[in-house]
Amino acid sequence: MQSDLKKILSQSIAFWTFRILSLAVMGILFSILGFIIVKGIGVVSWDFITKMPEDGMTKGGIYPAIIGTLCLIAGSMLFAFPIGVMSGIYIFEYTKDSWYRRFVQLMTANLAGVPSIVFGLFGMALFVNKLGFGDSILAGSLTLGLLALPVVIRTTEEALKAIDNSYREASYALGATKLQTIKRVTLPMALPNIITGLILSIGRVSGETAPILFTVAAYFLPKLPTSVFDQVMALPYHLYVISTSGTNIAESRGMAYGTAVILILIVLILNIIANIIRRFLTKKYKTN
Amino acid sequence: MYKIESKNVNLHYGSFHALKGINMAIEKNTVTALIGPSGCGKSTFLRLFNRMNDLIDGVKIEGECLIDGKDIYSKSIKIDDLRKRVGMVFQKPNPFPKSVFENVAYGLRVNGITHKNFIEERVEVCLKQAALWDEVKDKLKKSAMALSGGQQQRLCIARALAIEPSVLLMDEPASALDPISTAKIEELIYDLKNLYTIIIVTHNMQQAGRVSDSTAFFYLGELVEFDSTKKIFTNPTDVRTQNYITGRFG
Repeated sequence: MQSDLKKILSQSIAFWTFRILSLAVMGILFSILGFIIVKGIGVVSWDFITKMPEDGMTKGGIYPAIIGTLCLIAGSMLFAFPIGVMSGIYIFEYTKDSWYRRFVQLMTANLAGVPSIVFGLFGMALFVNKLGFGDSILAGSLTLGLLALPVVIRTTEEALKAIDNSYREASYALGATKLQTIKRVTLPMALPNIITGLILSIGRVSGETAPILFTVAAYFLPKLPTSVFDQVMALPYHLYVISTSGTNIAESRGMAYGTAVILILIVLILNIIANIIRRFLTKKYKTN
Repeated sequence: MYKIESKNVNLHYGSFHALKGINMAIEKNTVTALIGPSGCGKSTFLRLFNRMNDLIDGVKIEGECLIDGKDIYSKSIKIDDLRKRVGMVFQKPNPFPKSVFENVAYGLRVNGITHKNFIEERVEVCLKQAALWDEVKDKLKKSAMALSGGQQQRLCIARALAIEPSVLLMDEPASALDPISTAKIEELIYDLKNLYTIIIVTHNMQQAGRVSDSTAFFYLGELVEFDSTKKIFTNPTDVRTQNYITGRFG
């Protein structure tokens, strides 16, 4: 019949539109990765990841930038994870569904919308100058941590929301207090999903350039940090430097792609580790 | 003295009048069934006695709820202490994603009991009371999630018994279970009556008939009729009760 045919036709048009669009998204991802890997894999070697930069950063390795980025990831998570999780718990478990909760949520969302260069300026004003940390891992980590906070808060809230209320009720019904219930039941159950938030924020933090520009990143510093008050090189900033203001931009081109490959690899490896932890916890705390 | 009493209790959810002037008195060591169509207020009434309704925003409660003659809504009552004396079993089996042992031990641990031997003893006693011990004694360290639905619900009963309550509230405890598991739970309720005062909400009329001594019929927030189960099921006074139990509405 005519109308049946029309229905089938419009169905398949919709289906194919959606399918092609989602394949296109995947295509974009793979082209970016492919492009970078093809251009950069040639310079990646053991020396590249374990040696200091040489000859005006046109030769040698990017070892200090790798270590710097790892320091900044660890530092920012150390700061953002506990504070973000505690804020998420407060918003979801302790505030009622009221204008106050919605206001706090709105402000958290707004924090996520602040451009990263503004975080950078704020970090410089507060941590570097006002609190006197100087250009340092501490100032950079705190700035990046602020940037990661909204994601951690939001995912904590969502993870808590996903837990069936009957588990909370069961705990209260046994005479447990709210804090005991959070500590022993809800938080362990929410942890796998909270770790997803951690993965997302690691991805974001490791690639940011603007927040570390004025707070920690060094243009050229061929040595490793010895304290949290030291400056470090960092992969995204190093990439920016050798692509725009290095001593010899044309000659550093291969180094730049190699740096991008390493940055992607670090994010990938950290994601895999976090995923393994998440799977382990999901198995441990899964409900039917 | 009655074990449990409600005196002219009114409960509002915001503008919704959910319980309308409920008066009821329940004897010690009896099973009372609460029946009625969905939304009639029977679960809300049940949740009065461990103050579970307090968790909901915008609830207003008037009147008196007494356990052992004491008003459980008075300021001198600590809510955590009340809930230690009043156990609850929920509609859907909801064991914590912990081991069988830790589920039963949970109530003891959150109440500050750390004595290892005592906890082990209590866990065994409660699992036996809940008729689950023989099935799980070799897998106490295994996750409770690996048990069947019926076993999980009996585990939840054991969990509720661990803190030695004197009252047990059951909110449709068998509605998510198969007939064999249901029969086991009903048998269990019958046995537990000697030790506890039990209130059970049920949609299943036969179940109310089988397990309870008294039955209360709720309709639109009112307690229509409260009498011995035998009387309610053979010769109810109110025509609405009669219509409901004969299946003319509900």
